[in-house]
Order: sequence, then structure tokens, then C-alpha cells
Amino acid sequence: MIFQPAIIALLLSSAICVLALALIAPFAFEVIRRWDIKSGSERQLQLERRTYLFSMLLAFVLVAQLASVLLFVFNAEKMSGMFVGAMCAVGTLNVNPYGFPALNAKIALFFLAAMWLAINHVDSRARDYPLVRIKYALLLLLAPLLAVAAWTEAQFFVNLQADVITSCCGSLFSEGSKTLVAEASALEPVPAMLLFYGAMGLAIGMSSFHWAYGRGGYGVAVAAALGFAAGISGILSFISLYIYEHPHHHCPFCVLKPEYGYQGYALYLPLFVATAAGLAAGAIRPFAGVASLTAIVPDVSRRLASIASIGFLLTAAVATAMILRSNLVLLDH
Amino acid sequence: MIELAGIRKAFNQGQHNEYWALNGIDLAIEANKVTALRGPSGSGKTTLLTLVGCLARPTEGRVRLKGEDISGLPERFLTDIRRRTFGFVFQQFNLIKGLSALDNIILPAYPTGEPRRELLERAEALLARLNLGHRREAKVEWLSGGEQQRVAICRALINDPEALIADEPTANLDTHLAKEFMAILEGLAGEGRTILLTSHDPLVTESAVVDRGVEMRDGQIVDDR
Amino acid sequence: MKLWFEKQRYLIDFTLASMARRKARNLGLLGVYTVLVFVLASVALYTHALRVEAAKVLAASPEVILQRLVAGRHDLIPPGYLEKVGRIRGVQKKEGRLWGYYYDAVVKANYTFMVPNDASIAKGEIVVGPALERSRGLAAGNGISFRSYSGKLHTFIVASVLPQASEIASADLVLMHEEDFRAFFDYPVGHYTDIALSVANPLEVRNVALKLAAALPDSRPILRDEVLRTYASIFDWREGIVLALLSAAILAFGILAWEKASGLSADEKREIGILKAIGWETGDIIKMKFWEGLLISLTAFLAGFVAAYLHVFYFAATLFEPVLKGWAVLYPEFRLTPHIDGLQVATLFFFTVFPYAAAVLAPIWKAAITDPDAVMRG
Repeated sequence: MIFQPAIIALLLSSAICVLALALIAPFAFEVIRRWDIKSGSERQLQLERRTYLFSMLLAFVLVAQLASVLLFVFNAEKMSGMFVGAMCAVGTLNVNPYGFPALNAKIALFFLAAMWLAINHVDSRARDYPLVRIKYALLLLLAPLLAVAAWTEAQFFVNLQADVITSCCGSLFSEGSKTLVAEASALEPVPAMLLFYGAMGLAIGMSSFHWAYGRGGYGVAVAAALGFAAGISGILSFISLYIYEHPHHHCPFCVLKPEYGYQGYALYLPLFVATAAGLAAGAIRPFAGVASLTAIVPDVSRRLASIASIGFLLTAAVATAMILRSNLVLLDH
Repeated sequence: MIELAGIRKAFNQGQHNEYWALNGIDLAIEANKVTALRGPSGSGKTTLLTLVGCLARPTEGRVRLKGEDISGLPERFLTDIRRRTFGFVFQQFNLIKGLSALDNIILPAYPTGEPRRELLERAEALLARLNLGHRREAKVEWLSGGEQQRVAICRALINDPEALIADEPTANLDTHLAKEFMAILEGLAGEGRTILLTSHDPLVTESAVVDRGVEMRDGQIVDDR
Repeated sequence: MKLWFEKQRYLIDFTLASMARRKARNLGLLGVYTVLVFVLASVALYTHALRVEAAKVLAASPEVILQRLVAGRHDLIPPGYLEKVGRIRGVQKKEGRLWGYYYDAVVKANYTFMVPNDASIAKGEIVVGPALERSRGLAAGNGISFRSYSGKLHTFIVASVLPQASEIASADLVLMHEEDFRAFFDYPVGHYTDIALSVANPLEVRNVALKLAAALPDSRPILRDEVLRTYASIFDWREGIVLALLSAAILAFGILAWEKASGLSADEKREIGILKAIGWETGDIIKMKFWEGLLISLTAFLAGFVAAYLHVFYFAATLFEPVLKGWAVLYPEFRLTPHIDGLQVATLFFFTVFPYAAAVLAPIWKAAITDPDAVMRG
């Protein structure tokens, strides 16, 4: 374990999130068991008021996850100097097998929290709160996931061992240590480009269609998930190359560095927002048939689709602009 | 306008000090009329007022507002209905100290997000109507009791509600101010607002402005005329 | 959307007015919050600046240093050793270095005596670091005598003083001519302290080191990258320790924030009751309280951070120097280059705003669910 401020901060925030969810889990359980919207009893009133706390808490967890994804990557980037062979964040995350799973878990939690908040949003606009039980059952499912993510993160940090000079044998302590995979694996540029633009086109198309006509809500979610995967693989396999102007540097994180003018944020921000919105649009879709939600779900999901559509369009536009501005030639014209 | 059917309301439910403030109320409050609830303290007048005004939900029974059943609505929606439909004048006025009269008046409209200019225009009109224009910037704790009540009335009217609910409005006023209040009430009734108030002040309950008096005791209606 | 913005503005307006009405209470919390940010930010900024400084110093040092070991202890490089290194691919330059430590009983401090490799210093002259300039009152042209370990007194003329800019590395430095050095320490002719090798391609460094270790089994190569790495983790570790010690303070602050947020005054409770009665919804109260927390957090964070910045970079971190700086008695007196690191700001945010937010979450909710009819019953 490396004793370091950013690591302590990350572990602290994860612990607080897990603890908070663990503390309210029994209450969520009580909501599921005793909820009766028809009743005017004091207990029902208390349960209804508790729902506000749950929404606040999940919003808090969402923000915490988003912030900690950033901090996690930043920190991996900075720590890369401590490990022989690690050139950037990818190297650090590869120091032990928990690195990437921890990052992925964080990202997944972010999307799940966004989906939960979307369901929560439509539910709290319907006068009879029709999804209360489902919502809190989902919340109870989310809690162990959060715990697993926190555990993975802790494993990653605990198993980090900096390659530091020791007084006994001095240097070359690291002779035996394996060389780290500093580069992420990537596709060939041409199929990657086809995949990227294809998936972006699909995502933009599906969400615009839903935005305009209100049909195909699940399609938006599927397209958003595809768009996210294609976006990440696109960044890995060719967009990053254009940004670094280097034919073999595939790092998805260095684009966030000041050396590259923080260009990565312009890519990741719309991509993450769009994906979250697209997935959320799909998440509320199953409830379109609920009587009190028939008007609300389409309205909200169209709005979410509009965000997704614009977000994916921005992602594709930003990526294209970066490619056109670059001096690197990957494809013969 | 508002119909109550089989209303019961309990406090401290399931505990040893459980107590039913209302015990089987059936009442219809007509629109554009002044209705007064009478009765000794502890008779359930104020509790009934909170149910009618969507400040609370009945433990049992139905509340219908213009035909729509609102008894099972969560607080979030009740608040919305309340804001649009009812204005409240409380016994203690309940103004927020430290804020000017004007700021107090526009407070109920904050959650609506209406442009400030429109709000201020409406507030000025109300202040002028109740002869308070010159006190608009005064902090409310510097105002006299009568002035405070008029500010409270302005605040109750800022969202232009159909109904005004007043809880013991004359309890903290001397006879002169109480008469002044009744005059204001008459004006509001004249413009077609539904008014519901509680009082055991004969000045109010015997007033000609009041169209209907409902007598309560022990959480039940004992007389209605 | 416009309604939404207007509404948030109303909520902020109201919460500002409400905070202004309860100055004493809010200022107390704000003060504690600011001090916490100040302390944590000072630690973070200071260690980071030191790290940057160390990296800067090391950037100029050779890629590989070769030391000879005898019985596991650092020993002198004997004559002919340099030749034995031979030609290794990738090594641009290799040279023997001469340096050592000298304890000055007058000021009770250690100096580093060193022979610069460009032989720019004339015999009988020395160039001193700024710390010596201060402690011994030296200036260019002055003479100074050091008693060598053999007991003889050697007198030198100060040719110049090293510039302030690089003080952390050069504060205690004394540069002199090779012959003076050998005479002063009775250093055997042909021997060196260690060997410095420059390697141009960073990817070659490791190979060079491996070859050196193979060719000269009684030596150990030290790589610059490894030193950097070690420094980085030492600084991180120190910062971590200080933060861990301060975590008690963070916890105490969290409890204070929780207590302040949950211990609403009767006045404030009444106010929230009124707001709810006149048409504010639970969510509106929560939003208002959220803005309140955000305003307090941002104010405290900004104030604390700016104060820490001034403290570290303009007042030389007077409060933490002894804890965080090196081991030497002669403290370099230097102004750190102002440097802000995004990661550190983010980390600081996590350490301060995050616990605050977590602490006030439940109390805010608790306050917001006040019964709307409470004012009529009370």
C-alpha cells in the first residue's frame, strides 16, 4: 500500500458512500415492506419523507462516483512515475489485476446511479409514486455493487508497491519485476474508425428519432451503450493517436493531461453525459405502461434522448475536429 | 369546492398517547362563501383547517377538491395544489423576521420561479390596496400588530389563490383592528374568494360577512347553520 | 429552464439573507472550515512544491551514478576503474566525481564540498551556496578558513556566491578546485568518489545499468529515475502521514458541521416551518440548504486555499517547515516556485468538501421534512 493523499481521499470517499448506503438500507427495506400510498397513517407519511433522503443520497453517490473517477485517473497518471515501465495511467492501472476492474466498476456505478435517478425522477412526478417498491429494490441491489466497487478499489491500492530504492541492495531492485503493459490494446485504425463513426451515427440517429417521434426507447439505450463502447475504443485506437501525433501511443488518459491541452475532457464529457442520458432513457422505458406514467415517461425519455443525441453529436464532432487538426497521417488519402 | 367525507385524523398513532383530533367529519365547503369554524380550543378546528388547506393529510377519509380526490396525494403534490389554491393567514402572523415587508410578501412565490419584476408589481399592488405602501421596506419586526396582519394577508394573496384560510385572525387584535380586519375580509369575499376561518371571537362569528357557521366539539361537528 | 434558473436565484437570495441574519453561527463554522482547508492546503502545496523542486534539481544530474562497494559500504573508486568501465553502447559521457561532507563546528552544520566537473574554479578559491553566505557572513572576495579532518587549517577566497534560485540543492554547497579538494581531505590521487554516466536515450538506461553491474560486480549503479521515484514516494508518504494525523481534525470538523446543521435554533426551525406552510416544498428547502452548504464550502475553500498559497509561497511555509523539509541543520531559505497541481486541488476538495457534504446531508433532510402544519399547531 502506498500512503498517499489522493489514495486516502479515494478510499475515504468510497467508505463514506458504502457506509451511507449501508445505513439507509434497512429503511429502504422498510419502504418496500410497508409502503401504502392510500394510507394517511403517520408511518406512511414518514416513509414518504424518507424518500427525499434516498434521492439526496443517491445524487450524492452519483456526484461522488463521477468525481472519484476523475481523481482515480488523475492519481494513476501521477503515480505512474513510481512504477518501472509505467509511462502513464494505463501502466499504473496494470500494476496489479485490480486496476482496470476498479475503474470500470466506478464508471458502471456512475451509469447505474444515473439510471436510478432517472427512474426516481419519473416516479416522483407521478402522483401515486407507482415505482416506489421497484425503485428501492433496485437501490438495495445497487448497495452491494457499491461495496464490491469499493473493495476492488481498496485491493488495487493495497496491492500497490512502489519500486523504490532500498538500502540493502541499492539499485536494480526491480530487475525481476515484470515489464508493465503501458499501452492499452487497440484495434487497427480503419475498422476502429468504421466502428466509431458507425456507432456514433447509430446513437445519434436512434436518439434523434426518439426525440422527434417518441418511439424506440430501448433502442436509444442499446445505441448509447454501443456508442460508449465505440467511443472508448475509438479513443484508444485512433483518436488518441491523432491527438498525440504519434502512431503508437494509445493511452486513453494522457489526453486529459495539460500537455495536450486537456482535450480529453472535451471528448469524455459529452460522451459520458450522452451515454448516461441514453441509458436513462432506456431505464425508464419499461414503466411507460404504468397508468400514471403514460404521459410522464415519454416526455422525460424524449428529453433524455435529446441530451443523448446532442452529446453524441458533440463527441463525434470534437473527435473529427481533433483528427482534422492533427498532423499525423494514419490513413493514406 | 371542498368536500370532506368520513374524515378522521390521529396524532401519535400507535403510541400510548394516541389521540384523534378529528373523529368522523363530513363537510362541504362551498365556493365564494365565508365559512367560520367555531368551538372551544381543542375541538379540532385548526386540524380541520390544515386538512382543508392541504397542509396535512387525513388519517382516514376522503378529501375532494373540485371533485378530485386529493386525500392520498404525497406532500410534493399537495404543496403544489396548496400554493395555487390557498392563501393562509396565521394566528401568530408567522412573518419572517429580518426581512422587509415586501420580501415577506413575495416569499410564497419563490418556488414558482416567476420573474421578480412581475412578483414585485403584484406585491406593490397588494400593499397599496391594504394601505401599506409606505411600509414596504420596513423590517417586519418594526411593524405594529395590525400592520403585521395586513402584511400576512398580502402574503396570503400573492399567488392569487381562490381561497383564503385564516386561523383565529382576530385573536391578537384589539376591537378596532379586528373590525378593520373584518372590513378587509368583506372586500375579499366581495371579489368572490372562498374564505374559511376559525374563531371564537363573536365579533367574527356573529358578523354579517360570515355566510355559514360550523360549530365543533371533540373532533366532531355539532352544529351547522 | 428559465423558471428553474429564476427559482434557484430566489433560493440563493433567500439563503444569503438568512445566513446574514445568523452571522455569528455561520462565521464560526466558516472560520473552522477555512482553517481546515488552510492547513491541509498548506501541507499539500508545500510538499508538492518540494517535489517539483527536487525533480528540477535531479533533472540536471546524470542518468546513472556508479558507486563502488566494499563489504556493502560505499567506497572510493580506485585508479583505473574508470577505464575498466570501458565502452558501453549508449553512454555518452563518463567521468569521475569528487565530493564529500564537511562538518563545520563553528555553525554546527554540514557542508557539501564538491569539485565541479568543468574545472572552472581557480586554485585557492571557492564558490559557496547562499546558506553559507548567511551563516558565515561571506561575500565575494572574503577569505575563510576551514580546519580539515587532519587538523590543518586551509584558507580559501570566496570567488562568488551561488544564485538563490537553486537554493534547495545548493544551499550548503562549497565548490572548489580538484587539487584543493584532494589536499583538504587527503584524498588519494587517482581516486574518485563515484562515477557519473550520461545516457541519452531513457530506454537504454536500464541496459546500461545491467551491463555495468555485470562488468563491475563490486559496484552498484544508481539510476536517476529511481532516485526520483524514491523522492516522490518519500514526499507522498510524508504528506500522507501529515494528512493522516490531520484526519482527526477532519473528523472533528465533520462532527462540528453535523452538529451545526442538525442543531437548528428554534428561530430557524420556525422559519422553515413558515416556509413550508406558505407553499415551499420539502425539495425546495433541501435545495435552499444545498445552496447554503455550497456557498459556505466554496467560500471556505477559496479563502483557505488562497491563504495557504500565500503562506507557502510568500511566507515560506513558516508553520510547517520543520516537519516537512529535509534533515539538514542548515535550512535552505528559499521561495518555492508557485505551483498548483490539479490533482492536489481535487484531493483537497475530497478531504474537505466531501466530509462536509456527507455530514450535513441527513441534518438538512431532517430540517426539510418539518410538518407544514407545525406552525399552526405550535
